Amino acid sequence: MAIANVLLVDDEPTFVDVIEKRLKKRDIAVVTAFSGPEALEKLSGTDQLEVVILDVKMPVMDGIDTLARIRRQYPLVEVILLTAHATIESAIDGMRLGAFDYLMKPCEIEELVGKIEKAADRKRRQEEKILEAAVQEIALRRA
Amino acid sequence: MKKENQHHDTAFYRTLTRNMVFIMVLVSLTPLFLVTGLILGQYNRSYREKVHAHLGELVEKHSQNIDGFLTEHLNLLRFFVDSHPFEQFRNEAFLELKLAQLQLQFGGVFEDLGVVDDQGVQIDYAGPFKLLKAHYTDADWFKKALDRPYFISDVFLGLRGLPHFIIAVRQNYMGRVWIIRATINFAAFNNLVENLRIGKTGFAFILNRAEEFQTKPPGGTVTGKDHYRTFMKGEGHEKKNVRIIEKEDETGRENIYVGAFLKNGDWLLIYQQDTADAFRDLNHARNIALLIILMGGIAIITKAIFISRRMVARIALADREKNMMNKQVIETGKLAAIGELAAGIAHEINNPVAIMMEKAGWIQDLLEEAEFEQGENLSEVEKSLEEIKTQARRCKVITHKLLSFARKTDSRPQSVQLNDLLEDVIGLSEQRAKYAGVSIQKHFCENLPAIEVSPTEMQQVFLNLINNALDAMEKKGGSLDITTRRIKKRVTVEIADTGPGMPAANIDKIFEPFFTTKPVGKGTGLGLSICYGIIKKLGGDIDVESEIDKGTTFFIHIPVEETARQARTRTGKENRNGDCERIIGG
Repeated sequence: MAIANVLLVDDEPTFVDVIEKRLKKRDIAVVTAFSGPEALEKLSGTDQLEVVILDVKMPVMDGIDTLARIRRQYPLVEVILLTAHATIESAIDGMRLGAFDYLMKPCEIEELVGKIEKAADRKRRQEEKILEAAVQEIALRRA
Repeated sequence: MKKENQHHDTAFYRTLTRNMVFIMVLVSLTPLFLVTGLILGQYNRSYREKVHAHLGELVEKHSQNIDGFLTEHLNLLRFFVDSHPFEQFRNEAFLELKLAQLQLQFGGVFEDLGVVDDQGVQIDYAGPFKLLKAHYTDADWFKKALDRPYFISDVFLGLRGLPHFIIAVRQNYMGRVWIIRATINFAAFNNLVENLRIGKTGFAFILNRAEEFQTKPPGGTVTGKDHYRTFMKGEGHEKKNVRIIEKEDETGRENIYVGAFLKNGDWLLIYQQDTADAFRDLNHARNIALLIILMGGIAIITKAIFISRRMVARIALADREKNMMNKQVIETGKLAAIGELAAGIAHEINNPVAIMMEKAGWIQDLLEEAEFEQGENLSEVEKSLEEIKTQARRCKVITHKLLSFARKTDSRPQSVQLNDLLEDVIGLSEQRAKYAGVSIQKHFCENLPAIEVSPTEMQQVFLNLINNALDAMEKKGGSLDITTRRIKKRVTVEIADTGPGMPAANIDKIFEPFFTTKPVGKGTGLGLSICYGIIKKLGGDIDVESEIDKGTTFFIHIPVEETARQARTRTGKENRNGDCERIIGG
C-alpha cells in the first residue's frame, strides 16, 4: 500500500523520470504528466490521486493556471508547486490560489517526500471531515 | 578624447558667456545711449537757443542804451543851441559858462564846445585844448556836418591826437552856415560800451562801416575780424536787428559773435565771447551726464559679466549633473540588463542541475539495494555521488543568488533590509574575493531597521564599493570588513579594506566624475560619483577615510524614516556599535 498517490507534472521528461523512480522507491505511487492539460486529463480519469506536484514554468499552460483549474475542479486534491523560477511572487500567487506548499528546484528528495506526506495527510483529514459531516447529516435526517 | 571634450566644453561656455555679456550690454546700453543722446541733443538745442536769445537781448538793449546815450547828448546840444540866440555863442565867456554847466550836469561827458564857420574855422572855443582858430575845412566830420542839420561823427584822433568824436548841430545865421560842435569824452563812451561783459571772455566793442574800432577792445585788438564782415553784409542768424554767428577765429578757438547796428546803421556793436565760456553751464551739465552714463555703462558691463559668468557656471553645473544622471541611467539600465540575463541563465541552469542532483540521488537509492552492498569501490562511488550533490547544491545557491539579484532591478523605492541586500551582493562577489585571497568579514547589526530605497541603486552602490575594495586588494589579498550599524536615525554601512590606501590628494577627488586611478580602459571614473549621487539623493552621506599601506574605509549613512512603533521598540542604548543590541557576524 502506497503512502500517497501523486500526480507528477513537469515538462522535463528526464526530471519526471528520475523523480518518479525515487518516489516509487519511497512507496509513493506516481502518475506522470508532461503538461497542464495532460495533468487535468489524468485527474479526470481517477479519484485516487491525492497530491499533485506541479512545475510552475511549463509551455501551453503554466503551473499557476493549471493550479487554478485543479483547485476549481478537484478542491480536495492538494498541490505542491515545484519551481526553478524562484520568484517569491510566483510562490505567493500559488499560495493565494490554494497551493499546499512550494519547493525550489533543485530540491532534496526527503524534503519533497515530507511535504507529500503532509499534503496527503491533510487531504485525507479533509475527506474524513466531509465524510463525518455527511454521516451526521444522514443521521439527523433519519432522526 | 576626454581632454578634447573638456576643451570643447570650455570653449563653448566661454562663447556662451561672451554672447550673454554682449546681448545683455547691447540690450541695456542701446536704449540708454539713444535716450541720453536724444535728451542731450534736445537739451543742447534748447540751451543754445536760450543763450542766443539771452545774448541777443542783452546786445540789443545795450545797443539801444548806446544809441540812447548818443541821442541824449545830441538832443542836449540841439536844445542848448535852440534855446539861445546865436549871438551868445560868439561870446567865449558864455561858451565857457555853458560848458561848465554841462560838465557839472553830465559828469564830464562833454569835453569842449566850439563854433565853426562855413569855412571850417573854429571861431569860438571853450575847452581844455587850444583849438581856437583851428581849421576843419578838410575834416571829414565838418564836410558831413554841413550837409545835415545835426551829425555825430566817428571816433577819430583829430588835431588833439586823442580818440574822440563830435556831436555837431548846423545853424543858419546872417545868411551863413555855422556849426556848433561838442566833443564827447571818449573814456566815458568807451566805459559805456565796455560795460557789456559776461562770463570770463565776453566783451563788446564798436566798429564803423570802414571796420575801424570806435571803442577800444580789451587788449587793444580782437580775433575773428573776418566774421565782422559777415555782419556788415547782413549775414548770420537774425533776431530783430541782432545777428548771431558761431565760428572759429584764426587761432582755432570757437567764438560766438553777436552784432547789432546802431547810430542809424553807421556803427556796429559787436559782442564776442568764447563759445566754451558762453555754454559753460551746458558743457558742465553735458559732462556730468556723460560721466553718469559712463559710470552706469561700466556698472552695467560689470554686472553683465558677473551675472553671465554666474549663470554660465550654473548651466555648466546643470549640464554636468545631467550628464552624470544620464550615465547613471545607462549604468542602472546595464545592471538591469545584466540582472535579466542572470535570471534567464539561472533558470535554465536550475533544471539540468536539478536533474543531475536527482540522478545522483537515484544512484544513491540504487546503491542501497542489497546487490551493491558488497561492491569493491562502493565507498568511492558513494563519496563521488555525495560530492556531485554538494556541487549541485552549490550551483543552486549561486543561481538563487543570481535570481535574487535579478529580482531587485527595480529603481522604485521600497522597503529594503540592508543586511539581506548586502548578503546578496557579497554572495555575488564571494568567488572573486576567494580568488583574490580576500576574506570577507560581516559585522551586521541584528535589529537594523528597513529603509526606503531602490534595491537596484543600493546594490549598485555596494557592488561598486566592494568591487573597488577587491580591485585594491587583488595583488596582495587582505581582509574586507563590512559592518552595518544603526546610529540614532541613520543606518551606517562601513566597507573597510586592507588595501594600499589612497594619497590625501586623491581623497578630495574620488567622488568627482571621470576621476579614476585605474589603468586606461579599466575604470570609467563614474562608479563613485554615481554612488555619491545615489546616496545624496536619499538624503544620506558618503565619507571616506584612507591611510597609505593600511587601507580605505567608506562610510555610507542613510537616514531611516521609522514608524512610531519602530521608534518605541528601539532601545535608547548607544555604544560603539550604535543602537545595535547584538552584532551578527560571519
